[in-house]
Amino acid sequence: MKLSEKAEEILEALWIAVEESGAAFLDPEKMAFPTDDPAYRELTGHALIEIRQGMIYFRPEGREEGKITIRRHRLAERLMMDVLNIRGEDGDNKACQFEHLLNEGVDVKICTMLNHPTTCPHGKPIPPGECCHQARADGDLGVVPLTEFKSGQEGEIAYIQTEDNKKMQKLMAMGVLPGNRIILTHAYPSYIFRVGYSEFAIDSNLAKEIFVRK
Amino acid sequence: MATCCSKQTESSSLSSSRKVALVGNPNVGKSVLFNALTGAYVTVSNYPGTSVEVSRGNAVINSQAWEVIDTPGMYSIHTITEEERVAREILLHESPDVVVHVLDARNLERMLAMTIQLIEAGLPVILVVNIMDEAERMGLSIDLELLQQKLGIPVIGAATARKRGIEEIRAAINGYRCSCEQRHFEYSRLLERDINEVTVMMQGEYILSVRALALLLLQQDDEISDLLRHREGDGYAPLAEKVREISFERRESFHLDLSLERNEMVKRIINGVFTAPNKRVVTFAERISKLAVQPITGVPLLIVVLYFGLYQFVGVFGAGTVVDLLEKKLFEGIFNPWIIGVVNSIIPWVIIQELFVGEYGIITLGLRYAVGIILPIVATFFIFFSFLEDTGYFPRLALLVDRIFKHFGLTGRAVIPMVLGFGCDTMATMVTRTLETTRERIIATILLSLTIPCSAQLGVIMSLLSKYPGALAVWSGCLLLLFLLVGLLSAKIIPGEAPMFYMELPPMRLPQLGNVLTKTYTRMQWYFMEILPLFVLASVLLWLGKITGFFEKMVNAMAPVMASIGLPRETAVSFIFGFFRRDYGAAGLYELETKGLMDARQLTVAAVTLTLFIPCIAQFLIMKKERGWKVAGGIGIFVSLLAFASGYLLNKALIITGLLA
Repeated sequence: MKLSEKAEEILEALWIAVEESGAAFLDPEKMAFPTDDPAYRELTGHALIEIRQGMIYFRPEGREEGKITIRRHRLAERLMMDVLNIRGEDGDNKACQFEHLLNEGVDVKICTMLNHPTTCPHGKPIPPGECCHQARADGDLGVVPLTEFKSGQEGEIAYIQTEDNKKMQKLMAMGVLPGNRIILTHAYPSYIFRVGYSEFAIDSNLAKEIFVRK
Repeated sequence: MATCCSKQTESSSLSSSRKVALVGNPNVGKSVLFNALTGAYVTVSNYPGTSVEVSRGNAVINSQAWEVIDTPGMYSIHTITEEERVAREILLHESPDVVVHVLDARNLERMLAMTIQLIEAGLPVILVVNIMDEAERMGLSIDLELLQQKLGIPVIGAATARKRGIEEIRAAINGYRCSCEQRHFEYSRLLERDINEVTVMMQGEYILSVRALALLLLQQDDEISDLLRHREGDGYAPLAEKVREISFERRESFHLDLSLERNEMVKRIINGVFTAPNKRVVTFAERISKLAVQPITGVPLLIVVLYFGLYQFVGVFGAGTVVDLLEKKLFEGIFNPWIIGVVNSIIPWVIIQELFVGEYGIITLGLRYAVGIILPIVATFFIFFSFLEDTGYFPRLALLVDRIFKHFGLTGRAVIPMVLGFGCDTMATMVTRTLETTRERIIATILLSLTIPCSAQLGVIMSLLSKYPGALAVWSGCLLLLFLLVGLLSAKIIPGEAPMFYMELPPMRLPQLGNVLTKTYTRMQWYFMEILPLFVLASVLLWLGKITGFFEKMVNAMAPVMASIGLPRETAVSFIFGFFRRDYGAAGLYELETKGLMDARQLTVAAVTLTLFIPCIAQFLIMKKERGWKVAGGIGIFVSLLAFASGYLLNKALIITGLLA
């Protein structure tokens, strides 16, 4: 179902009011556009909401659609902050524009890339999608820093994230290269890992810059 | 490559001696090979860095004279650390006739990347696949014949620690003929284009191939840029512009792409060469290693090691039994009375008699201290240290204490100079250069010069204080407290960023007795070359001071300072001795104690002050050499002030509390 941007915003506002603030309905006066906007007709036409006595209520299908919409919005916020490093008001505005593109499976990809985040940058929960449940069920950690591995766990190096070129080269000299297998043998007091037939000890500052997948 | 070969014949025709350089990662057995080739043993170490200084030796193979150069460990021809820079300098400027790349068979895949770099640079490379014995024990098999074919250079399997393959290596070095058929390693089309764009602009003559230089330039290597700026003259500006342009285009991931491409190359090469068993063999050494790195077992293990190694072996056996035997029985009982008789009968002048066999005589004091007291202690310590070093225990200790050392602005790496400091602070100060940042080096130097007593001092002080219950505890408590205090403070005060810790863990192994002994011997030799002249000089100066009356004046001048920390004026003698060497000073205290001039409190105060007091003159000279006048001078003043201040406070505290009374 492809909704207009305004319709999506109404759904989001309604979802927040009902699901997070505990209200039964949303007063359309609180929206930034007139109550006779065609977006309302669009939503009632899809049987997502109903308007009784001038107030907006969810229909069961609408609740689900609202959840997905809010999820896309908050994923977009995370994307802005975590990956694109656009923060503050600017990030919020960009996220508002961006969220409308996250349909038809794009949200699943973004969610996986962000490693199934559970909260938005403002600390509000991101409703889990199918992909999140699936990941949890599979015990798939996704791509995590080496510090998240348990001792004895083995994985593949996904990438090295560091701004320090020297650190990067030191790690590469140890054989820490994307695609190589890595085994974390100890996580305390230092991180000890094995790549190939060599063992190395590093501190947490270096370990958190090695990203691995199981 | 043709260019490199022509240059070699040219250089070798100039002098009769030819050059061979050993290169490779740390801990692959370069130093052992060096010693096997040259016949002289230099320090072999598990700890990356003890071979910071370049060792050179001579070898004769089939009546051809060779100069053998042992380069510091390097991971890549694109250098990061100072050691790597030194190693590359040698390749760049000394144009060796043969470059022997030594690598660890078990890590063939990781280390071959550098072989490729060396071949690519057009150097005359021989590959030594070392540590074959352990690789075999792990069930790995390596087809050296195939590897040789694939690389196009001589490849030799060896286990240098067990003297395996040495003859083959000698033959390969001597028989090396530049084949000019060295393989050309092809990169991806994109990278090849970039390389080509840079190389066509290069006109100068170089030892390394232009291809390798182009890659180094693209990796933003400053030294190589300087070299080209120098050689290319006017052509440099457009070249630099081109390099800048390509680097910018590929700014995202040039280093990584290059590594990955080389990794791919290596994978293709070792395909069919290297076969590993499906199941990893867990060796006994790995089990021990596991015990050493977990705090719950590692700390008890450390205590066991320190108790048996340091306390029982160095303290009780070295400083107790052997000192007793040598100093008391041999020197005081037999040798001194005899030599005094001999000297007095030959030399009629009392003043000259005094010089040799007087109270501060060269023989009766200098030699007796050096051989009777210091030698046994230092020797036992170095045996202990060399043994531990060869087991591969130190890197494990380093990772165990890393978290604690971070509070002092150091990493776990610093534990090695610290432990070595208990042997000889001077040697340890030299080893601080293996620490990554200047900040770490300065902090380590301060802690070494202040709180770490060297073995000689430790031995004497332990035997002095052990007679008084509690005195040893007060002394070590004071040092530990100051170590923590000064460490924490300097981490706060000295500017610079927090250091990072990384370290290779070589496999643990049972050291070979021969290696341990020769290593101990080399260290002892160094130590004695260093201290014996100083002991003799000290004796001469003290003798001069005595006959001119200057010594007496100094002691008088220092008497108020001594009195302020509650010590008899005779202690000044120890402090004056202590200026020459800390251990010498401690030995002086020993003298005073035997004469019954000091009680427990005074001994403890004197021991603490003397331990903290200015590092011995040799250590100070090394500090100056390593850190420069300003830092060394600053540390010297700080240490002296803190030593006496601590002595003063401790004396007051002991009097008030009545402890040790």
